[in-house]
Amino acid sequence: MIRPALLLRVAGLLSAGLFAGARLAAGEVMVFAAASLSDALRELAAVEQKATGDTVRLNLGASSTLARQIEAGAPADLFFSADEAKMDDLARAGLIDPATRRSLLSNTLVIAVAADSRLQFRSAADLARTAVRRIAIAEPESVPAGIYAREYLRQAGLWEPLAGKFVPTENVRAALAVVESGDVDAGIVYRTDALISKKVRIAWEVPSADGPHISYPVAVVKGGGNPAGARRFLARLLSPEGRAVFAKYGFRAAP
Amino acid sequence: MPPVSSEVWQVAWFTTWVAAAGTALILAPGVALGWLLARRDWRGKLLVETLVALPLVMPPVATGLILLKLLGRRGILGHAFERLFGTEIVFTWRAVIAATAVMSFPLLVRTARLALEAVNPRYEQVARTLGAGPWRTFWTITLPLAARGLVAGAVLAFARALGEFGATIMVAGFIPGRTATLSTSIYHLVQLSRDDEAWGLLAISVGLAFGALWLSEWLLRRRPPA
Repeated sequence: MIRPALLLRVAGLLSAGLFAGARLAAGEVMVFAAASLSDALRELAAVEQKATGDTVRLNLGASSTLARQIEAGAPADLFFSADEAKMDDLARAGLIDPATRRSLLSNTLVIAVAADSRLQFRSAADLARTAVRRIAIAEPESVPAGIYAREYLRQAGLWEPLAGKFVPTENVRAALAVVESGDVDAGIVYRTDALISKKVRIAWEVPSADGPHISYPVAVVKGGGNPAGARRFLARLLSPEGRAVFAKYGFRAAP
Repeated sequence: MPPVSSEVWQVAWFTTWVAAAGTALILAPGVALGWLLARRDWRGKLLVETLVALPLVMPPVATGLILLKLLGRRGILGHAFERLFGTEIVFTWRAVIAATAVMSFPLLVRTARLALEAVNPRYEQVARTLGAGPWRTFWTITLPLAARGLVAGAVLAFARALGEFGATIMVAGFIPGRTATLSTSIYHLVQLSRDDEAWGLLAISVGLAFGALWLSEWLLRRRPPA
């Protein structure tokens, strides 16, 4: 059973010697990505490893936190943000390769409740009912999912009335987690987050016509240790295979 | 340095308040347990000693996770609390107090135990032979003699509570104006690239911690009377 693995490794080493820029041909690719992309990217990272031998390491978190880490010199090869603003910040700082930047995905916001919750929603205004005491959202000042949620609720005139109910979380998956645990009555998360959890139910979806324009841009980070690997993985994300994986998790293609 | 905003003072005041409340909450049980450990031998003493020390060495977030499971709205304690009082613990100021109390408890118990052990049992025996009951002996002899050490322990617990982060962020989250403490606010401000404001909070927390520790050291260094 050890032999095939060994063969693979030898093959990897050989191919590493054969191609130009060989040192990193089968190296590590550090991908900093929005927490909402966790599951889709884990699947694609496994695909990438099989196909190219590259080990894709995922640093998942709030895009704001990741952008801050990249600004501080964290060793990222690829950045996949949940909003354009964070990518703009890095672009202004000259930290990404602008030629590689693509807006790849879109998403919608939903109100998620615990699977066994009896709460029903006919609109976002139902969040104001007294039965809904606490609402988890991603931190609304910096984290994209929180900024989108705030943007939508402001537009709907609900931000101020609901102010006392919010429990801000570090990233959108943390908001999902407190909905799952039942510690809050509802949470505003991406549709894709709610879809991956069996412990929550989508109580209401923000119609995409009313919702904020959600866009996930991706770009190669300048000065990363493995730009070739980053470009390879980026090509995988853009390929029909990559798009199919994102679609499977409920992401929409960017318009 | 930017002018200190009212938000900053609110956070500083809230942190001091919850740290004090957390310390007050554990003071009586902490001293009682310290006394049991210092003066009595009982079955399971070692086990209790170890359990009490756990939050001192466990990762604070791990302690926080246990607390979250216990105090959560579907946890045993959280559910009971909600039934009794009609309000929840997690993500409120109560959770901040619970987290700081649990994290500070070992420091208080250990210091209290040392302070009580340092009291010469002969004074207590003399009081007993003169007819004082065990309760009176404790209040009039043991407690006054150990007072400095006990206060130092309380101050130490308070200082630990001021800086609590890991358990707090798990059970109380970061809700501005509600559960935000000095430590969680510093972390949060850095995340937002508002480093200038973080420095202001940092200065306050260093000042508070320094003052508390200095007081505790000063109390411990002074020789007890007699």
